[in-house]
Amino acid sequence: MKLLEPGAELDGFVIDDCLHAGGMAHIYRVHYAAGPRDPGFALAMKIPRMTAGDGAENIVSFEVEHQILQVLTGPHVPRFVAAGDLDKIPYLVMEYVEGETLQHWLDQPGRPDAPTLARLGDAMARAVHSLHKQNVCHLDLKPANVLVRADGSAVLLDFGLSCHAHYPDLLAEELRKAIGSPAWIAPEQVVGVRGDPRSDIFAIGVMLYELATGELPFGEPATPGGLRQRLWMDPVPPRKRRADLPEWLQEVILRCLEPVADKRYPSASHLAFDLAHPDQVKVTERGRKTEGTGFWTHFKRWVRAAGLSYQPSPVPVQQIEQVPIIMVAVPHLDVSDATLYSLRQAVARSLGTRPGARLACVTVISPGQTSSTESEKGETQVHRWHLSRLQQWAQPLDLNDHQTSYHVLESGDVAGALLAYAHGNQVNMVIMGAATHGLQMQRFVATVPIKVAMEASCTVILVKQSLPFEHLAAVAA
Amino acid sequence: MKLALLSDIHANLQAFDACVAHARAVGAERFALLGDLVGYGADPAAVLAGVMQLAEKGAIVLKGNHDEMAVTPEGAGKTLGGSTADWTHAQLDPAQRAYLAALPLTHHEGATLLVHASAEDPARWRYVDDERSANASLDAAAALPDVRYVFGGHVHFQTLFYRGTGRGLMRFAPTAGVPIPMPRHRQWVATIGSVGQPRDGDPRAMYAMFDSAAAQLTFHRVAYDHATAAAAIRRAGLPEYFATRLEDGR
Repeated sequence: MKLLEPGAELDGFVIDDCLHAGGMAHIYRVHYAAGPRDPGFALAMKIPRMTAGDGAENIVSFEVEHQILQVLTGPHVPRFVAAGDLDKIPYLVMEYVEGETLQHWLDQPGRPDAPTLARLGDAMARAVHSLHKQNVCHLDLKPANVLVRADGSAVLLDFGLSCHAHYPDLLAEELRKAIGSPAWIAPEQVVGVRGDPRSDIFAIGVMLYELATGELPFGEPATPGGLRQRLWMDPVPPRKRRADLPEWLQEVILRCLEPVADKRYPSASHLAFDLAHPDQVKVTERGRKTEGTGFWTHFKRWVRAAGLSYQPSPVPVQQIEQVPIIMVAVPHLDVSDATLYSLRQAVARSLGTRPGARLACVTVISPGQTSSTESEKGETQVHRWHLSRLQQWAQPLDLNDHQTSYHVLESGDVAGALLAYAHGNQVNMVIMGAATHGLQMQRFVATVPIKVAMEASCTVILVKQSLPFEHLAAVAA
Repeated sequence: MKLALLSDIHANLQAFDACVAHARAVGAERFALLGDLVGYGADPAAVLAGVMQLAEKGAIVLKGNHDEMAVTPEGAGKTLGGSTADWTHAQLDPAQRAYLAALPLTHHEGATLLVHASAEDPARWRYVDDERSANASLDAAAALPDVRYVFGGHVHFQTLFYRGTGRGLMRFAPTAGVPIPMPRHRQWVATIGSVGQPRDGDPRAMYAMFDSAAAQLTFHRVAYDHATAAAAIRRAGLPEYFATRLEDGR
């Protein structure tokens, strides 16, 4: 379709100006021809290129994007407005989102510092997690498809290659082949597996690598052999290309880029968690190394990769539910051993049935406890005391397969702090004591557990204290 | 228009009533019953009375292999499928048998072809249970003008076959209750499952709703009183296997 002139009208929409004229589509800013139907936000129209020379995949991509965009909700996708009939003029009208694509940061001279990288990565991971919770995998994440708003949140664009777990995948075919943008697609996509949410985590890793070093971890392969490299090859450690990059950030980036999906972050919320809490990232050899993987290791993996096949993963929502973030609120004032014991038992039970779950141990202290005037009550010292208390509490738990972190929050409003933490870190389940401030009071005031249980958007488990050896004491008396 | 597609009712009155009620509640404007109205289950006469009532109000009703067996049980043979044909035959009055005997094998309307089993030689009751057999059914249906959708039953499983970017058909396992966009410019084959004898391990009845205006197909699962249906089979003295089958959904 030829470029439309400003002022031209199409199905009740007036073209303002062309925002983008790409190989796949033209994108225009538009408005309603009839005034009163103001949706309350700016509009963009995307018209796929479908002239005789354009491939059939353009048409299928248009269909896929139409199907998926109209069922997606939330702040991380443009709102769907209207679509044109495929038999007449196909187009999509959606919300025009103000912001800069990630490409903007790549085009800047100099590379972003670690806090900026973490912020961008966190925004992407949150947006991707919101998509996965709706059973959609993006599968074509790249700098041009990630828009960052002025408030720092990310919006994902272009769902033409995406996959909805509840719809037939129109882009699939019986002879599987790679679909996506060569620089950013995950190894399993290279061999034709579509629909694994961890493919999107891989793409975030590629973008973070690119933002951090200015280079693509696997280049821009133009041949199938070049594309298959990522099935066995570790990229050059980012710290070799940029010495000032912190180890924790390399750890995060390289974990996203693991060739085997099982070794990556199990969900985007886990990735967001690490990016939001750099001090809690467990740095391994992966984060420290500054030399690439040796020839022989790569050679052995190359041989193995020749026969490698990836298993399709379960539906995104199921996969995410298997690896929840569990938060336990550990009180420190007026707390009995029985409460601490029962909390630990409840955590052990919850972790036991969810092998990939991540645990965040949280305690809330009042601001008065840290005071800058008395040196021994200084902030770090008080925090350190509480952190080690949390670690001691968690000691008896078997945390081998569970990434665990410890957090001291300072707030006068305990319930508010716990709720904000749970919400901010996309926690799936909160475990806390049922009566941290005495059962007698609960009839009259909304106590902390009641407030958290009522206002949290996730599951809250309220644990009643029970100590098996209390009964022994009763018998003795 | 919202067309409720029910198949393989198999004389299960409780499942039939539950699916009809569910379909009405979600806005069905018309019904299509894709055969195997009777056989296996304990209430052939009552189910058939209900079917004939729906037909008077415009429902499409097709013949299935079990309906044919109930009319002429001597031709059914000693198979598991034919084992209840004699009993069913005896439960029906002559008018009901004549009704079954006169039912058509297919129904073609607009872009839709309805058939009990496969559009490929419908009277041979071929199973549409993989990409190849779905393709054969679609090819046969495509000989008719404008057919984009082939809906059938017979296999007791809910499956959608569609064409991706490749040449062959692909298989898709639907999620109950999710409307699936099925645009008209593509071709689709769906087996809508069984109302009266589910076999996928879930005892809930199966049916599907096709919204032709929105070009969406929704597969549904409906809980019904399968204990009463199983008890009726036992009371009628039919083989125990057909009763447990309803309880297990296998």
